Amino acid sequence: MGILEVRDVNKNFGGLKALNNVNLDVEEGSVHAIIGPNGAGKSTLLNCFVGRLDPDTGTVMFNGKSLLGLKPHEINQTGVVRVFQTPEIFTDLSLLENVMIPAFARRDGAFKLNPFRDVEREGEVRDKAMNILEEVGLQEDRNKIASSMSRGDKRRLELAMCLVQDPVLLLLDEPTAGMSRADTNATIDLLKRIGERGITKIVIEHDMHVVFSLADRISVLAQGTVIAEDVPANIKGNPKVQEAYLGGAHL
Amino acid sequence: MDAILLQVLNGLDKGAAYALIALGLTLIFGTLGVVNFAHGALFMLGAFCAVTINRALTLEKVALSETQTTAWGTPLEIRTPYAQEWFGDFGLTIIDYSVPLSILIAIPFMLLVGIAMERGLVRFFYKRPHAEQILVTFGLAIVLQEIVKAIYGANPIQQDAPSIVQGAADIGALFGDPGALVYPWWRIVYLIFSGVVIAAVFAFLQFTTFGMVVRAGMADRETVGLLGINIDRRFTIVFGIAAVVAGLAGVMYTPILPPDYHIGMDFLVLSFVVVVVGGMGSLPGAVAAGFLLGVLQSFASMTAVRDILSKVGIVGLDQIIIYLVAIVVLLVRPRGLMGRKGVME
Amino acid sequence: MMKFFSQSSEKGDLVLIALFAVAVFTMPIWLAPFGANYPDLMQRFAIFGIFATGFNILFGLTGYLSFGHAAFLGVGSYTAVWTFKLLGMNPIPAVIASVVVAGVFALVIGFISLRRSGIYFSILTLAFAQMCYNLAYSVLTPITNGETGLRVLHEDPRIFDDKTVETTGPLISQIFGYQMQGMTGFYFCGILLVITVFIAMRIFRSPFGMMLKAVKTNQNRLNYTGVNTRPYTLAAFVISGMYAGLAGALMCIIDPLAGAERMQWTASGEVVLMTILGGVGTIIGPIIGAGLIKYFENIFSAFNDQTLANIYSFLPDGLSEVLVSVTSLFVGEGWHLSLGILFMLIVIFLPGGVTEGLSRIGKLIARRTGKAQKNENEGGRRSSPMPGE
Repeated sequence: MGILEVRDVNKNFGGLKALNNVNLDVEEGSVHAIIGPNGAGKSTLLNCFVGRLDPDTGTVMFNGKSLLGLKPHEINQTGVVRVFQTPEIFTDLSLLENVMIPAFARRDGAFKLNPFRDVEREGEVRDKAMNILEEVGLQEDRNKIASSMSRGDKRRLELAMCLVQDPVLLLLDEPTAGMSRADTNATIDLLKRIGERGITKIVIEHDMHVVFSLADRISVLAQGTVIAEDVPANIKGNPKVQEAYLGGAHL
Repeated sequence: MDAILLQVLNGLDKGAAYALIALGLTLIFGTLGVVNFAHGALFMLGAFCAVTINRALTLEKVALSETQTTAWGTPLEIRTPYAQEWFGDFGLTIIDYSVPLSILIAIPFMLLVGIAMERGLVRFFYKRPHAEQILVTFGLAIVLQEIVKAIYGANPIQQDAPSIVQGAADIGALFGDPGALVYPWWRIVYLIFSGVVIAAVFAFLQFTTFGMVVRAGMADRETVGLLGINIDRRFTIVFGIAAVVAGLAGVMYTPILPPDYHIGMDFLVLSFVVVVVGGMGSLPGAVAAGFLLGVLQSFASMTAVRDILSKVGIVGLDQIIIYLVAIVVLLVRPRGLMGRKGVME
Repeated sequence: MMKFFSQSSEKGDLVLIALFAVAVFTMPIWLAPFGANYPDLMQRFAIFGIFATGFNILFGLTGYLSFGHAAFLGVGSYTAVWTFKLLGMNPIPAVIASVVVAGVFALVIGFISLRRSGIYFSILTLAFAQMCYNLAYSVLTPITNGETGLRVLHEDPRIFDDKTVETTGPLISQIFGYQMQGMTGFYFCGILLVITVFIAMRIFRSPFGMMLKAVKTNQNRLNYTGVNTRPYTLAAFVISGMYAGLAGALMCIIDPLAGAERMQWTASGEVVLMTILGGVGTIIGPIIGAGLIKYFENIFSAFNDQTLANIYSFLPDGLSEVLVSVTSLFVGEGWHLSLGILFMLIVIFLPGGVTEGLSRIGKLIARRTGKAQKNENEGGRRSSPMPGE
């Protein structure tokens, strides 16, 4: 029994079978990595968790409740929070505002009409946002406009925006793609520190270094099918995985 | 039955004008990604091309009569158009055909206007937000119509169709029932004309290499750009073509509705609705929706229909039918009747 | 001054609104050098200031460009005249009824239009406004009195009016014996302007306003952040519709006549221009924009060939005639031409409006005098793309 249970999920795009009877169990508090060659269906799977796509068949249960048919904001309200591959942030707003908005969303729910409260007076939300910014190392830039930040900083900002929501399950879509080695290591450290809070994480990643330094369990996806699921040590030696990565036409 | 057929025909000519404007709008939108609020002004410019040509042709030479006097005893002024003075009866024929002849001038003129508009203004707005595109073209539309107003005044200017196609065709007579179905000749001409223009645009896009590139660009601009094809220059010409189509629609519409300076705006709002109903970026959608809405509007204004509707408490449907249809379509089929996925979502 | 208006704390807000109130109520004094201190014009400043402020709550914060806001202006006007007709000439019920009715209209139109975004939203609102306009001219004539326009008549019920003291003159809105005309009318509009600007300021500073700004920047992210964006945009739409309704009501309080031309889409375009000209997304910008446009409209429209000829009279005859005929294209009847050109120039060169222009000049001066301070946040914020793209 995991916190996230995926059962027999299928998804077709026209004739293409993107997901083929995918099963997945994610233990509470663990870091579960999903790896696989390009086009294996990793992102499709993630999109099924957050309401961007609906699977053709199968179930996705989170904490015993189905996530299927829910709208993205409803899924977020259950505690499933997603970090995108290309940072999705509020580019015109300051870093602090960027982090306060998700904090308000967590506190006030999907909609609250409070036009006469003053943001300045929301000390609690502000403090929380400041703490998170400090944690990701952006507190000094809090008044800068988000679009002026570097790509790496934008990713850290997005991570902060997700963390401020106190997620139960954090979905990370290639958190280090396009980063330098130093930035990658910093991100790994950051994610490990977050790990101490007991947030369950699902990581999609290409970079094996990242995967093996973070993951408690790894699922390998190839052509829409889970071909292996095990602890990292066993995955390394798994011949099927080696074939999918090295022998297949997908390299 | 005849009444229904008549309404269909009545709706078709208005629908044809909508379709022609909407065709250009959606062509520009599909290729350049620009929402052109000045497109109605192009229609208006076309209409005033016809007015200008007519005025030029009917410039009169004034001579004082040696024999006749007016009631006040002054010599009577004899006015003869220069065209008649120089070419005799042939000149009179030219004047008679001023509206269709205007097409010859309107094509190069509108092409130039379109290209100038694209090169001079619109191309700077490709990367700007849609809101700014809307606003700048809206400003341009105001400027164009105010210039026309300054030159031609605010009143509608009547234009006559050539005398040979004045009057009405007794279509009923063809079916052995004279007088049952009477339809103005010029509207028939307009219908045929717009059919030809629409067919020409489609043929151009379908069968020429140029058209092929344009269609490819509509589908995926970036990729076509990556192929090393100079898409921008082609798109300039597309803008020119769209301007010509709108202009011609305007030229030929003048005998049906005397143009005034805000005729373009009136048509623009409806044409936008047509584009949206047809599906943004879909050429067949624009044409189909244009005719469809024209006919619908015509039906809603039928006396018989209005009587029936007012019995069930619905009045004034003819005034708002187009907007209602648009709202319903947008809600039920957000992409319009023939819209493609991924365009302006 | 702009800097104060763009970022400040709660206490600062009160100071600012007090300053603003002083500025509004001393308009008769400081507008005198511009020759703009007569009530009729100042009333228009206030009314269109309210209209543009409301429009800015929608467009400036959420980025949704409505091209049909004039419809709410018209609805407000008709409602106000009807309250006069039924209840009497007191302006307070008219204001309340207009705001409520315009809000209901906005709720319905917004509920439908906001299902789509970007250009589709603009066209939907335009279609709705045109629909209202057409209906007001045709079928709804019993309510709107069609082309003639709706006015208050002596034989109307006006149940709360004391009909015994009435003369046969034109009916004027009044409260506690103060007639809503001239300077009294201006102060009435001015008070409402200050109140509505204060409300707008609160909205800008609230978490609600922050969410609206987030809608403009990245609606997708907001959805995945657990926020349902639809009610937020709808609330902004309704609020701005109510502002328009209030502006429409004030027009009728000053002059109890409502006509359908108020709902025409050129009127919708005008409020867009005011907002852009002043500066989208700033509090003071739309008011400046509204003021500038109404001021220049007033000046430009006043010219005619005769006054122009007087201006150019020092030039040689031929030259002055040419200048008169050229200039007359842009003034008097030709005011709309100038407006169109202004529209284009602003969008092309200064999409951030006057407030951005001022802050740019301010920066330039600061750099020149070597006192440049690092200030990344202010100014220079281009109006961002419409949502949903």
